[in-house]
Amino acid sequence: MTEQTGKHLKMRPHRALWEYATTPTRATLFLRTFLPWQIVRFLIINAKILSMTLRNEGLDK
Amino acid sequence: MARIVVLGAGVSGHTAAAFLRRWLGKDDEIVVVCPKPDYNWLPSNIWVGVGRMSPEKVVIPLAPIYRRHGIQFMQSRALALHPEGKPSDPKPYVEVESTLDASMGRREELSYDFLINATGPKLNFEATEGLGPGKQSYSVCTADHAAETARVFLENVERMKRGERRRFVVGTGHGTCTCEGAAFEFIVNLEFELRRHGVRAQADVIYLSNEYELGDFGMGGAHIRRNGYVTPTNIFTESLFAEREIDWIIRSHVRRLEQGRLYYETLEGDEKDLSFDMAMLLPPFSGVGLKAYDRQGEDITARLFAPNGFMRVDANYEAKPYEQWLASDWPRTYQTPLYPNVFAAGIAFAPPHAISEPHVSKRGTPIFAAPPRTGMPSATIGKTVAHSIADIVRGKGRPMHTASMAELGAACVASAGADLLHGTAATMTVLPIVPNYERYPEHGRNLDYTMGEIGLAGHWVKLLLHYLFMYKARLRPGWAWIPE
Repeated sequence: MTEQTGKHLKMRPHRALWEYATTPTRATLFLRTFLPWQIVRFLIINAKILSMTLRNEGLDK
Repeated sequence: MARIVVLGAGVSGHTAAAFLRRWLGKDDEIVVVCPKPDYNWLPSNIWVGVGRMSPEKVVIPLAPIYRRHGIQFMQSRALALHPEGKPSDPKPYVEVESTLDASMGRREELSYDFLINATGPKLNFEATEGLGPGKQSYSVCTADHAAETARVFLENVERMKRGERRRFVVGTGHGTCTCEGAAFEFIVNLEFELRRHGVRAQADVIYLSNEYELGDFGMGGAHIRRNGYVTPTNIFTESLFAEREIDWIIRSHVRRLEQGRLYYETLEGDEKDLSFDMAMLLPPFSGVGLKAYDRQGEDITARLFAPNGFMRVDANYEAKPYEQWLASDWPRTYQTPLYPNVFAAGIAFAPPHAISEPHVSKRGTPIFAAPPRTGMPSATIGKTVAHSIADIVRGKGRPMHTASMAELGAACVASAGADLLHGTAATMTVLPIVPNYERYPEHGRNLDYTMGEIGLAGHWVKLLLHYLFMYKARLRPGWAWIPE
């Protein structure tokens, strides 16, 4: 059996998965590249990664 | 005076060698044995594979760095370990074979006081007929592979610009693959690039994986606390794929590839096939095929290595059902039980069991993701092993240093499009890497440290990490202060 995939094909047995997936709202998409918000997120992500790294280092003390 | 031999100069081996040099005296010798002349910062191979970065930017020649820091470098391939030496001399040694053009194939016995096996994996393309570069699919596992992938990808882009429709399949080329995160990262980058080139409408993009659920990534997925919910990573991944109109096929084992078509088996035991114009499929990993012999020359490979070729260390390798797996099964010191002066770090150590729940198809084919050992834990393990050896050499008499993957956290920043203002990346952190249900009964992990989000900031973090870790790998001033 040949798997049917792709948007242009009618038979897509797994396409139903898409329809149940959570998708972002326009506001979420906007925030993903909105510079002031992303600068804040950049600081927060770095702080989280750094705290995890320091915790990893501390495990061996 | 001690001689420490490090086999391999990937993230784990390079880190171990650098810290050993830093912590040990001038009289102690650090020898790195690696078949390739360059260090490769693997996470950025994704950008090479879609043509956004040149391969030269992800590799660094090792010899000048090691020369500058007093580390001996042998461009050779390790063949066999002799941890008991030979009848005439009990000094342990490793047999190596040169890969330099000038001395190709010349064998040498390299004695050691301590050995770190950090050889990384063998890219086992042979496991699937037709898989891999030079055959029917492409890879991003090395900088050269990624450069070839980029060339073919851009050729396809040109064809789409002329109006042709193309189908891209990205994922795992075997039912027992690991590193699904790399396939995930590549497919979202590829999709981003198709949009950037203005040809997305002419492309079908399909993710094909051995994972039981999207977002498993070989670590049984994760749970993220976000917007008032605790959300599993399959929701996170499905959402991104749905948004990008990427189709997916999971729970699949690729059996063989021929030109433009692959054949796969599903967990239900069905045989299916899928046509493609370009496929980037990761290979399964195995050990590099090191052999081991005792003093009398008897083959002890099976005692030192697991059947998959990875080295047995201080883990609990007792076969037991999934329900009985424990975080404490995972190794802590990476010391081999048979020979206390031999360690394995990074991908080279044998995991005691998978992290994801194992599944077998109705035909008896294992189809589930093998445990990943990404850059962050690999580097931490390399440093930890170096610390233990340095303490022993300096006679400090301290207990061994530890770095269990059931205690370590890891951050994974998966690029989802490379652009300084419009790119994004999925930032994921988990703690611990191996779920610890004794400590965190509900989800196996500490949700205060486990996170996932997509945004431009993630791309900046990924870019920052690229330059930071390339700087660190060059062992420039202050390198040791950059965390693993």
